[in-house]
Order: sequence, then C-alpha cells, then structure tokens
Amino acid sequence: MAEPAPSPASTGAAALRDIAREVGVAKPDPILVADGVVRRFGGVTAVNVGHVEFQRGAITALIGPNGAGKTTFFNLLSCFDQPQQGTWSFNGRVLNGVAPYKVARSGMVRTFQLTKALTKLTVIENMRLGGQNQRGERFWGALSGSWRSQEREITERADALLQRFKLDHMRNEFAASLSGGQRKLLEMARALMTDPELLMLDEPMAGVNPALKQSLLEHVKTLRDEGRSVIFVEHDMDMVYDISDWVVVMAEGRVIAEGTPAEIGANVAVIDAYLGTHHGAELSGDLAAHTADESSSERRAEP
Amino acid sequence: MDWGFIGTQSISALIGPMAVFYILGAQGLNLHYGYTGLLNFGQAGFMATGAYGVAICCASEAAGGYGLPLWVGFLVAVVATVLLALLLGVPTLRLRGDYLAIVTIAASEILRIVLRSEALEDFSGGNSGMAGFARSFYDANPFTNGRRYELGPFSYLGKDLWVMTVGWGLIAIAAVLTFLLMRSPWGRVLRSIRENEDAVRSLGKNVFSYKMQSLVLGAVMGAAGGVVLALYQNLASPDDYGTKTTFIAYTALILGGAARVGGPIVGGMIFYGFFAFMQVTASQAAKADVLPRSIMDSVQAGIVPFLFLGVVLMLLVVFRPQGIFGDRREIELDG
Repeated sequence: MAEPAPSPASTGAAALRDIAREVGVAKPDPILVADGVVRRFGGVTAVNVGHVEFQRGAITALIGPNGAGKTTFFNLLSCFDQPQQGTWSFNGRVLNGVAPYKVARSGMVRTFQLTKALTKLTVIENMRLGGQNQRGERFWGALSGSWRSQEREITERADALLQRFKLDHMRNEFAASLSGGQRKLLEMARALMTDPELLMLDEPMAGVNPALKQSLLEHVKTLRDEGRSVIFVEHDMDMVYDISDWVVVMAEGRVIAEGTPAEIGANVAVIDAYLGTHHGAELSGDLAAHTADESSSERRAEP
Repeated sequence: MDWGFIGTQSISALIGPMAVFYILGAQGLNLHYGYTGLLNFGQAGFMATGAYGVAICCASEAAGGYGLPLWVGFLVAVVATVLLALLLGVPTLRLRGDYLAIVTIAASEILRIVLRSEALEDFSGGNSGMAGFARSFYDANPFTNGRRYELGPFSYLGKDLWVMTVGWGLIAIAAVLTFLLMRSPWGRVLRSIRENEDAVRSLGKNVFSYKMQSLVLGAVMGAAGGVVLALYQNLASPDDYGTKTTFIAYTALILGGAARVGGPIVGGMIFYGFFAFMQVTASQAAKADVLPRSIMDSVQAGIVPFLFLGVVLMLLVVFRPQGIFGDRREIELDG
C-alpha cells in the first residue's frame, strides 16, 4: 500500500461514530452477526445473547466479569461449541453446525485463553502449520515431494512474522521452551499465518509482561490497519481503552451494553455489573487501588 | 544346557519371521501412537484381519477357503483392513485418547472371539484356525524350502529365509513410507494433532480426516505383519492375535523409541531376540533340571518370557521412557 489514506480499516472504525449506543444496534458493515444464541450447561444458562453485530475493519473488545460467558460465546461463534438455540453468521454465511476447521478456513481464526502452543514442535514448525492449502498436507502430495517450493514460500512468510513478533531468535527452539507470554505471541503469529479476515483473540494479554504488552497492542492495531477485523476478550482494561474501537459488555450471559470505550467506562450499568470498584484501580494501577477497594466496600456496607 | 543352541536360536530370532511380525505391528503403532497420539490398543485386530484375509481367500475349498490365488488374498487382506479401520474410526476417532484405547481393545477382542467361534467354523476355522494356504507362496521360494542355511551365527531354514526376505521388504517399504510422510507437512499435521487437536482445528485442518488416514495406514502396516505370520506358520490361528500381541508390539515400540522411524525396527529386533533367549533358556533349564521341578517345570517355563515382558515394559516406562532412539528432552518437554 502506498498511501495511508482512508484505508478500509479506519473507515470501518469511523463508521461506528454515528450509530446508536444501544444493545443489539445494527452496524453499518457487520462481519459477524449473532442472533438469539443460547447455550445452557444443565440448568445453567451460560450464554443468552439476543442480538449482536460486530463491525468489519474494527477492533471490538468483549468484556465482562468472570463467568459472564465471554469465552463460551467465543467458542460458540468459532463453532468449537454448539448452542441450543440461535443462529450466527460470518460474512453472511450461517455457521450453525459447521465444523470448526471450516470456519477457520473461511477466514475466521481464533486463539485460546489457555495457549495451545504445540510444545514438541519447534517455533518455526508451529508457524508453518498455519499455512493454508498446503499441497504437502495431502497424503499423495506429501509423498510426491511437490510441496517443497510452497514450503519455502510459507517459511519465508513465517520468518517475517516471527521477526515482527520478535520471536525470530527462538525460531528453532521447541515451543515448550517459550515463556507464557511468548507462547501468546506465537499463537497470535501462527493464527496470522492463515491470513484471517477476522481474528478472535481470547485474552491475548493474560500472562504477558508489560514490555511485551506494548508491542502486542501495536501488533493488534497493525492488524486493523491491514484491513482485518479483530474481536478480543480481555480483562486488561488498559488494553481495552487503548486499542478498541467498540466495546461489547457481557454479564451473566447477556450483552448488557455496547459503545465506545470512553462511554462504556462511564456507563453506570457496566460499572455496577463489572468494573465495580476495580475500575479506577486498574486504570491508575497504583497504590490507591487498595484504599479504593477498602473505602468502596465500606460504602457498600452502608444502607 | 546347550549354550551354543541357545545362542544360535536367540541371534537368529533377532531378524527372524516372528521379529518381522512384531516390527510391522509396531511400525503401525508408531504411526498411531508415536506420531498421531492415537492410543490404539487393538492393533492385534488389524493384524488378524491381514492374516485371515489371506487365509480365508487362499485356503483350498476342501480346507474351507475359496482357493483364490495369493495376490487376491493380499488384496483382500488390505481392503478388509482398510474397511475395519474406517468402521472403527468413524465412531471412535471423535473420542478422547483413553476412550479410544478401550474401544479398540474391545473391538480386537470381539474380532478374535468371532473368528474362533464355533458358529463360524466353516468360514474362519473356529479355534484351530485356517491352515494350508501358503503352498503357492513356498512354491515361489528362490531358496530351497527344506534346506538349512548357515550364515555366521544365523541359521535358518530355506522356507523361513523366504518369509524373512518378503517380511523385511515390507518393513523397508513401511519405514520409507513413514520417513517420507513424517518429514512432509502431512506428518507435521499428525505430530501437531498429537500435541493439541484444538489448536490444529483452529488453523483450518480437518483433524478427523488426518486421524483416519493415520489409523488406516498404521492398520495396513499391522495387517502386513499378520500376513507374514500367517504365511510363516501356514496357519491363521485366532489366539495369535490376542491382546498380548498388541502389548508386545507396544513394548517393541517403546523400547526402540516412539516417533522415530528406526524405533520399532531396532526395538522389535532386540525385544524378540531377548524374548527368544528367555524362551529357549527357560525351556532348556527346565529340561536339564537346573532348577528343581517344584520351582519350575517345563510348562511353567513357557510363561517366563511373559513375566519378563511385563517387567521390561515397567522398567522402560520408569527409567527410559524415550527408548533407545528417543530424545529424553523431547519426552520431558511439557505444558
């Protein structure tokens, strides 16, 4: 790309400026739409989402307190789990009953909350696995040896990504020797090997040290600038405020609010449901956290 | 005690027809367990399918078979094994590892019991098995069937030498196939499935299809072992394919080192060499009354190698889980 002029990415995010701030609001150009999705585990309703749309070319954060059903919702959207009711579609294609690998092939790729690095493969092998339509992954293709040129191509792309994610020095190490944070990076880089249209990150910041965090944030922003859409689940409010264009808040399985990060931060329902007393603490990240905690619990105690 | 006899017998067993049988079974398990992480405890069932495929097709009509030429028997053995693997794989490959183990061990036992059942005696020969189908195989023998060939410490009958030639040819094919596949992207997907299925799924790979391919290919390798044993004995006997056959193949695999092409080969040779040594030594000891009859008679001597099998498997898993060729670091990497 020559000019950073109005890329489709920034227009995707900009289009969110003028829409209503209400739950289930229609987005100008939705990439992923969920409608009436209900998932019960026995008597517990883990997810009960009426209607939610995710904008194309934007970074959307999915937040909520522990047990709000964020990861379950993620699993449902990416077809790793099936709901009892509801439909959801990616790029207009209904995904009910579609196998997870087909969802990934169609351009919607996810990472996991608990990283799933393939520990007994080297870092570069992990990366190569992400390549799509590999001739050598078919039985007869593997035997014929016609995969070598494509393998070189894939390796080049993998090396470039490893460099971008500052993992190139670990290229030939087993993934087991990576730290937790590096595994998060590897998983994201590996997901990018598939060249996804929509990347779904489940807690990308969990266990990542502050120095890496900053570069990870930049990587996610870069993805949007490349025209990809990103949805992520996160507890780290710094990240949510810093990079998201839109925030969807879940509590007890339902979507309770939508809006820009700043608005969500001021939304009383959200503060009650989720941010609660930790809101200020997380943002300032200093000693005041503890005192704020204590004083607020005292306030609660009062009638 | 005739130590010279014990030595020749053990050394010849290193690469003898029985070693070939277990090596082929173990190479199939290497694909299943070593590379794909499929805990197949029913390898004996696939081996039986290979043996009975040839036996039932090629036995003369008088012996209860169909009297077909040998190559048809080979073809039927392979096709039947592929079908059995598909039939087993469709419901079970969606299960988690330990469930797969339970289902496969049950399936192989069901197969064995059905094959030896009286009701099917006309079809599969009941508990005495199917015999007399290997004549055309031995007619094609370039060695003299009844002659004893001495090569240094090795000593084989011409008929065994012919079985070994074919058997080691099959082992070479299986090894080359495994080697080529495992360094390709196809093998990379298999090894990734062993590590974490969901990660592989999330990258757009059809995990079920790869597991099925692995199951079928490994099963066919096992079936080849079954064919070799059937030809060697000129008999397909149901009780050669009990669960112990599967566990001996596992022992050979772990001894040599799982997820290494050479692992099952060297493991199978060493294992069966020792096994034969124990067998011959124990029976010689019993015959020569080295031990008082009250401790061990010649019937009990037959069981000694199996005691040894159990102890070796335990010691291996505790002290050398990576086997001979494996990389200890790779085994220890975790989480």
